Amino acid sequence: MATATTPNFLEVNRRTFLRMSGAAAGGLFLSLHLAEPGHARQTPKAQAYPPAAFIHVRSDGKIVIQVNRLEFGQGVQTALPMLLADEMDADWSQVIAELAPAADVYSDPIAGIQMVGGSGSIAHSFEQYRQLGASARAMLIAAAAAQWNVMPEQCRTEASVVYGPNSQSAKYGELAESAAKLPVPESVQLKKESELHLSGKNTRRLDSRGKCNGSQKFGLDVDLPGMKVALVAHPPVFGARVKSFNADAARAISGVRDVFEMPLVRGTGVAVVADRFWAAKQARDRLQAEWNTASVEHPDTAQLFSKYRELARTAGNIAMTRGSAASMDSIPSSKRILAEYEFPFLAHTPMEPLNTTVRFDSSGAEVWAGSQFQTFDQMAVAEVLGLKAEQVTFHTEMAGGGFGRRAVADSHVQREAATIAKRLPGIPVKLIWTREDDVQGGYYRPMFVHRVDVGIGADGMPIAWRHVIVGQSLVAGTPFAARLIKDGVDATAVEGVADTAYAIQNFYVSAHHPEINVPVLWWRSVGHTHTAFVMETLIDELAMRAKTDPIAYRLKLLSPDAKKLRACLTLLREKTASWRDSATGNRAVGVASHESFGTGVACAVEVSVENKRPKIHRAVIAVDPGFAVNPLSIESQMQGGVTFGMTQVMPKGAITLKDGRVEQRNWDGYTPPYINDAPVTVEVHIVPSSEKPTGCGEPPVPVISPAIVNALSRLTGKRYRSLPLAEI
Amino acid sequence: MMRLGPTLLLGVLLLAIVSIGAASREQGDTPDRETTPNRPAGLAAWQKIYSVMSHPRCINCHTASDYPEQGDDRHRHLFNVVRGPDGKGVPALQCATCHRQANADSTGVPGAPDWHLAPLSMRWQDAADRILPSSAVCKTVSDPAKNGGLDGAALIKHHQTELVKWAWKPGLRNDGSARSVPPIDYEEFMVATREWVQAGMPCTK
Amino acid sequence: METFKLTVNCQQKDVTVDPSTPLLWVLREDLKMSGTKYGCGIAACGACTVHVGGVPTRSCVLPISLVGERPVVTIEAMSNDTIGRVVEEAWESEDVVQCGYCQSGQIMSAVALLKATPKPTDKDIEESMGGNLCRCGTYVRIRQAIKAAARQLG
Repeated sequence: MATATTPNFLEVNRRTFLRMSGAAAGGLFLSLHLAEPGHARQTPKAQAYPPAAFIHVRSDGKIVIQVNRLEFGQGVQTALPMLLADEMDADWSQVIAELAPAADVYSDPIAGIQMVGGSGSIAHSFEQYRQLGASARAMLIAAAAAQWNVMPEQCRTEASVVYGPNSQSAKYGELAESAAKLPVPESVQLKKESELHLSGKNTRRLDSRGKCNGSQKFGLDVDLPGMKVALVAHPPVFGARVKSFNADAARAISGVRDVFEMPLVRGTGVAVVADRFWAAKQARDRLQAEWNTASVEHPDTAQLFSKYRELARTAGNIAMTRGSAASMDSIPSSKRILAEYEFPFLAHTPMEPLNTTVRFDSSGAEVWAGSQFQTFDQMAVAEVLGLKAEQVTFHTEMAGGGFGRRAVADSHVQREAATIAKRLPGIPVKLIWTREDDVQGGYYRPMFVHRVDVGIGADGMPIAWRHVIVGQSLVAGTPFAARLIKDGVDATAVEGVADTAYAIQNFYVSAHHPEINVPVLWWRSVGHTHTAFVMETLIDELAMRAKTDPIAYRLKLLSPDAKKLRACLTLLREKTASWRDSATGNRAVGVASHESFGTGVACAVEVSVENKRPKIHRAVIAVDPGFAVNPLSIESQMQGGVTFGMTQVMPKGAITLKDGRVEQRNWDGYTPPYINDAPVTVEVHIVPSSEKPTGCGEPPVPVISPAIVNALSRLTGKRYRSLPLAEI
Repeated sequence: MMRLGPTLLLGVLLLAIVSIGAASREQGDTPDRETTPNRPAGLAAWQKIYSVMSHPRCINCHTASDYPEQGDDRHRHLFNVVRGPDGKGVPALQCATCHRQANADSTGVPGAPDWHLAPLSMRWQDAADRILPSSAVCKTVSDPAKNGGLDGAALIKHHQTELVKWAWKPGLRNDGSARSVPPIDYEEFMVATREWVQAGMPCTK
Repeated sequence: METFKLTVNCQQKDVTVDPSTPLLWVLREDLKMSGTKYGCGIAACGACTVHVGGVPTRSCVLPISLVGERPVVTIEAMSNDTIGRVVEEAWESEDVVQCGYCQSGQIMSAVALLKATPKPTDKDIEESMGGNLCRCGTYVRIRQAIKAAARQLG
């Protein structure tokens, strides 16, 4: 009925929004590229990515492949070479993957900058790496054919060998030199799915051994002759400036080379440079600094929540409207749910603390960093040092996790490192952010408050939905604002609600973005961290009210075009049929499903309460990422992603501020899940698909928290609308 | 008053039984705790001892649970530290994984020789991590069945171990501040211990 | 500054450092053995775990002055350790690692567990590995790999 009466322009708006939102989800940084019409979504041409920049076939037969983005756990250093080697018919055992330095040629084909984020690695570089492999193979064949005086069509390839029609054979390593001189083919034919021998198969990681025997070097392990270590004393309140400081005690520490005030992206700080980390740390501990904190806003969690709750009572800028916003008013209160949700700031705390090494001299600079945004970080270092970007050699170092924390538009860590290096020309300086710097240093997932009014129809399905979201914009003031903020709404704050796959006739979403003196940043799965929690706990509450199976209820409510979620829920139902309805006693099952970054995920968890905490006996995941390039890696991402997602249900899973100061210092105060918090088992089922692949790094994160509390609600009869979870 | 009567009576009776037991074990120089004129002095000494034993530096490792506690707020030991079969943790997460023979003031980790949790029989807390009352702790400390078979002399010796002495030199926290120490100094604690033992280790009910 | 005589992975090493320096930084910066990782500096994460005198030890909180004569064994020596080698192989065959930064410490803890408890139960694993943080959340596979290594050693 409502569909018939929905004015056309709303439909148009919805489609427009979904396109924009889909772009945001698929690759947050599509924005940059959309600014140049005609470039977006264009299939990259082989010439745009010369094989020579990506593939080096050594005479010993080793094939060295450059990976155009950071490896920080997500497995791209294995998956992209798999795609390339598959098309190239390279001997997989001879493949070496390297992380490419910053260079235009290594830009993300969709985003237009060199970066990793938005679960875009495979989604954006799938065809690129296949084409690279196919081009290389064609060139090797052409070289062999010329040598043997045969037609290329008469040759075939297998495991790094070209075979000719008359039992000739030549190894790739022997052909490489002549092949490199040949022109890159205009176009190449990619393999059919049935011809792939690596892609689609469980493939172990290439970087395992070095990470198991201690030989893998990460950014923090960079060691250069004459290198110094730098720590920075940051202001106790964001943006504050040094009033005065006494460095006598700091300088008295043996090995301390320099102590000086320096500008920061926000406020000023005091740098301590020493021969070794421990000297730098002792010196910083002894530094007596006075800060001028009066001139900056002192954010306070309790006050902010109260302000946010007030804001949530009023409509914000419209993110999405469908049907009639007024329809809610005619629904009696007995058929309504009014729910208010609160989410705290969250820190990423990747295992490897933030760091960057810079060496600067008159001719240029060299940088070593595990960066999700090489392009921006390289530009930032160049700017600080008064150089052109191309004068800055930027090495991409293996990173110990990131989860968004190494994708910072203002490049504040690299700017600090460059500022210090500028003062010490010719001397490499490694800037280390200690764990305390990291926990207290901002760039958090923002706080959010959601206020949702749901009207329930006679059949128990939601017929009206009024939703206000309050939280800082992630992109305001960054280069991404122009494309991601529309009509005063930051797409990253409302994704997962505004574009919900549930067909709700009268649907009205608005958002407020207060400006707060706390730097904020995308946290693995971005807006979906909170939006999925709200949607999936409310939908579950509705299903319970309707006394309907939670999977059946979701399937009924999904819009017809939600193919991936439908497939996931159907697979989840099948894979959990033997036990899902028979959980008894002190155990209950919770379900959640959510699509993000183009990938659908459905999750069921079996939970009991032990020591006042949820114990996750098992989790089962059904995921639809399109074509599964490396199913083993997808399984790992799902298993790890749900555990990462549990950060926000941990009792100490919150960053809080009191009078401008962050109250947590380290993992003693902000405590992510350990092995006994994580699910005992995580079973992963992949929906068979030949669709274009989508990412898997972020999509598991949103589903786990709502699945857990949905199980808890079934055990305790209570609703859980604030995170982190207090004692059960 | 009326209702207190039987409780008091029972208490005296229990105390008598415990005392007779103690008297029969501790012959010679240890006077009978029920009849000795030193009993009030012994009880006063015990209260001093209790003020030490109930201090976080001591009681944090006399828990009734499968974990030690930390800090003056006696929170559960962080990082999932567990008691283990002999009070020294489990194979890959032992007490000695962090706590060594001396305080590590530069990193804020306390240490002393033989760092370990007291056995459960020596718990001075209840299952909800509440400190047991003076009389209950007293009984635990004075009962060889619970205190690891220590008689008075052995108890004095136990109080002279480095681990016990550590409570008065507990080192610095990782922010550089000093850990708090028990309310009386070590010498006074030892004087009290000797007095209490001399008095036959009396306990209030 | 003071000179300390260390035995690291069966080799004698002399280092001249401030006595308060944690073993972690002596290993990483003075001995250039970067396999042992800095994660938190407060023994919260276990990334810095090494064996000191056979005891799995958080090297980030152990001042060099407290090491004494006890031999130090780090991740770099695990490939030559009977149990260490099996654990590393299990880690590889179970495809445990993601970012990999915590795994040196995880493996050092797992080796200590298996040396004392050849057939660990789930509870043994949860208790012994309970202080090793992994932000990528590889715990499910760590559990599998420890069990696989135990089978291999059994």
